[in-house]
Formats: sequence, C-alpha cells, structure tokens
Amino acid sequence: MARFKKAGGRAVPGINTGSMSDIIFMFLFFFMVITTIRTSTLLVKIMPPKATEVQKLEKKSLVSFIYIGKPLNAELGTESRIQLNDSYATVASIQAFVAAERQSRNEFDRKLLTTSLKVDADTRMGIVTDVKQELRKASAFKINYSTSKLNKDKL
Amino acid sequence: MADISFLLLTFFLLTSSINTDQGITRKLPPLAPATQKSVNIKDRNVLKVLVNKSDYLLVQGKPINIKELKETVKTFLSNPGNRADFPEKEIKEIQGLGRIAVSKGVISLKNDRGTSYGAYIQVQNELTAAVNELRNELSKQKFGVPFTDLKDEIASEAITKAIPVAISEAEPENIGGK
Repeated sequence: MARFKKAGGRAVPGINTGSMSDIIFMFLFFFMVITTIRTSTLLVKIMPPKATEVQKLEKKSLVSFIYIGKPLNAELGTESRIQLNDSYATVASIQAFVAAERQSRNEFDRKLLTTSLKVDADTRMGIVTDVKQELRKASAFKINYSTSKLNKDKL
Repeated sequence: MADISFLLLTFFLLTSSINTDQGITRKLPPLAPATQKSVNIKDRNVLKVLVNKSDYLLVQGKPINIKELKETVKTFLSNPGNRADFPEKEIKEIQGLGRIAVSKGVISLKNDRGTSYGAYIQVQNELTAAVNELRNELSKQKFGVPFTDLKDEIASEAITKAIPVAISEAEPENIGGK
C-alpha cells in the first residue's frame, strides 16, 4: 500500500468495520430466505408447464421427487429419461425407489408421502403414464404435477 | 449503519417469497383387481375428454378449443336446467350444508401416449379450474366467502363433498405410438 501513497497526499481514513457484522448477517439471512436446498443435481432439462390452479406442497420432508425430461448431456440423445435421486433410472426401478423413500420416513409420515412429478412440458405422455402405473402398483397414490404459477389474467 | 442494514433485511424479507414447490395435486386410483367387472355408468353421467397425440381436444365426440373446456365442464357438472342429457343429481345430506343436490357427473379423461405433457397439464388445469369455480360459487352462495377463504373446516369439507373432483382417467392403452 505504501508505495501508492503520494508524498504529502491526504491520509485516507480507515473504513469503519463496526457494522460489518450487520451487513454480513443481512446477506446471510437474505440468502437463507431466497434459496431452497437442492437435494439432487438435475441430470435432465426441466421446464415445467404453467398452470393457474396450483396448490402448494405443504411439507417438504414428505415429498419425494421424480424428474422426467430430456438428458442435459447431449451424448445421451433426446429421448426423455427418468431421474431418481442422482442418477438416470428406468420405469422398472420406480417401485424400489418408492419403497426406499417410505423406508426413510417414520411410520406415521408414510401415509402422507406425496410424489411430485417434475416433468418437462415437451415430454410425451407415454413415459408419464408408465410412471403413474408404477406408482399405482407401489400404492403411492398421492401425486402432484409440478407446475409453475401463472396468473389468471395472463391466460 | 445497523439501522440501515436491518431496514434492508426487513425489506427483502417482506418482498421476497420463499420458493415453494407447487403444482396440481391428484390422487391416483388403486389398481383394479383382476376380478372386477366393469362398472356401469349411465351415458349421460360421463363427459368424455380425449386429447390426441397432436394435442387436439375432443369432448363428447366434438373437437373443441381448450378455452371452451372450462365452461363446458362447468355446465356439465352443474346442469343448471336439469336437462335430461346432462348428469343426474342425487340429494345428499351433508353436514354444514343440509340437503343438497350432488351431481353424479364424471369426467373421463383419456390421452394418447404421444400427447405432450404440457397439453395434458393444461387440460387438467382447466378441469381443476371448473371445479374450483363451482366450489367458489357454492361457497359464496352458502357462506358468503370464496372457497379458498373458508376458515371453517366443516364448511370447506362440506363444499368439497358437495362438489367432488370427479375425474376418472381411463386405463392406459397402447394406441397411437410415440
């Protein structure tokens, strides 16, 4: 620092660091509020469809997610794929996934488990129907089609 | 300085909303047992909605626009003129509402494997919108407030019973291909 100092220049007063903690806390709170904890990294591209009649998912801990969309990795082609947890999966592994999700919750919560289908708007219904059939076989009847909110007057 | 930072903090807290997951909630039917016989539902009680692989809509055999779907479903479920070709009503005793006519109408939704998910959700959205609007109307008529503002649990349960979400999705068939 000293070598930039001009001879005879006015001394710059030091920055008051007394309120630094306030600012840092403010940022901390701000980011705590706006961010949601992402449990898995997405391997598929998902642009959810828009809808007006949406309901909020009440308890996050009681929701398990199934992602369906085109793979982000272009080498895997453009066919829609299913993602469970952190890897690509097939329709056949959904029942095991639901069982594992049930197992990780306590007994009281198991009945309230909701499956949220995060599906890209361009996906064909065939794969979605297959997933729904598997969910029925696994007795996971409560489902939620994830959509983004669209205001009524914009329709 | 601390005052300013707290002011900013409260400002962000008030203006930003927590990003919650949201969507259209549905309940899947249990798998039909192999021995089950097909249930007979009168033709007048069923509204057949078909979405083909090009995302076109067919309601009761007639192609319609997605914008007309909500009104069609509303008139189907409420049957205002008690017409003979629209669903029957059944008088039911519901706690909180008393005796009320509940429509026996069922919406049968069928889609192709090639239907796009976006179109399917749009249709589901319109169906939900129709049910929600009917519930709002009944709620306003009986309790003076829209359904979503009903605080009383008995009242909102009564409305839910009086206008159920009667959407039946047909057992998937392999037609149309990809």
